[in-house]
Amino acid sequence: MKCSEFLNELTNYLDGALDARTKSELDDHLAWCHNCYVVCDTTRKTIEIYRNSELYELPEDLRARLHTAIMTKCSGHKKSNPAGS
Amino acid sequence: MANLTTSPARPGSNDPPKKSPTKYNSISAIGRVAGKICIKLRMSTIQPNVEQPVSEEMALVRRAKRGDDQAFEELVRRYDRNVFRIAQHITQNREDAEDVVQEAFLKAYSNLEKFQEQSKFYTWLVRIAVNEALMKLRRRKPERTVSLDEDVKTEDDSLPREVADWSPNPEQMYNQAQLRDILTRTIQGLPAGFRTVFVLRDVEGLSTEETAEALELSIPAVKSRLLRARLQLRERLNRYFQKRASGDGDQ
Repeated sequence: MKCSEFLNELTNYLDGALDARTKSELDDHLAWCHNCYVVCDTTRKTIEIYRNSELYELPEDLRARLHTAIMTKCSGHKKSNPAGS
Repeated sequence: MANLTTSPARPGSNDPPKKSPTKYNSISAIGRVAGKICIKLRMSTIQPNVEQPVSEEMALVRRAKRGDDQAFEELVRRYDRNVFRIAQHITQNREDAEDVVQEAFLKAYSNLEKFQEQSKFYTWLVRIAVNEALMKLRRRKPERTVSLDEDVKTEDDSLPREVADWSPNPEQMYNQAQLRDILTRTIQGLPAGFRTVFVLRDVEGLSTEETAEALELSIPAVKSRLLRARLQLRERLNRYFQKRASGDGDQ
């Protein structure tokens, strides 16, 4: 297997979306190709870091304001469209 | 079920039966049933959500459709954080993200009747929110065409240029504020199309199929964008997270 072939399958490999045979071919490649091993490992870390990052959490005060605004708009919509939803 | 698998395939089942009409009729009936089962099985692999029992989410949607605003409010409470995160990632602007949250939920509310219940409500809501967010982005950055199809040609950007191992716990190399700043700036540098796929799939945890549905992209398109988004982010994070030589005060 070439490194470019490994890279093409990297997303499926990381997502566990491969059949057993292809996965084992990729495992074999990783066992001897240090560069692909590093790319795979650091890509996995990239995903984990973003997944755990809690960027852009919604602060509670803003959340409360948004709630009120949303429900007020919804009830306004209901009043102006009584036959609708 | 064993009988079903051995029943003869009868593509021309309109032929008049010759021997035992009742038996042939029943076999062809079984064949038809088997055909339906096969179709259902095939469908269920493509759309895994279709045949599931009514989820708690769908029960809320049905109550909301009947005019129960408390049920809709519960749906808002369930997903407002996710919609806000997605909107902020796409628009890269807090005010725009706030607007997107309000507009997406209002649109969902006023179009609830049109929601066909063939997918999760959340996937449908994300689709509305992504469209709203992209519209905001287009308005804010009209000089750049913002589309989910953009940058398909930049094939080489994703190829690893630098292969350096990272520190075992890269997050611990920086304090929280620094890390947040690094991650925000890095993801903001991705083209909107890649960023959106990465956020839905890897940050929000939608499946590939759900991401494809929410973005109205094919599954191969989602996979290809996801691969390139992941590789580009990895490449950009290299300079912050790679293993430093001992005593190296660089970066």
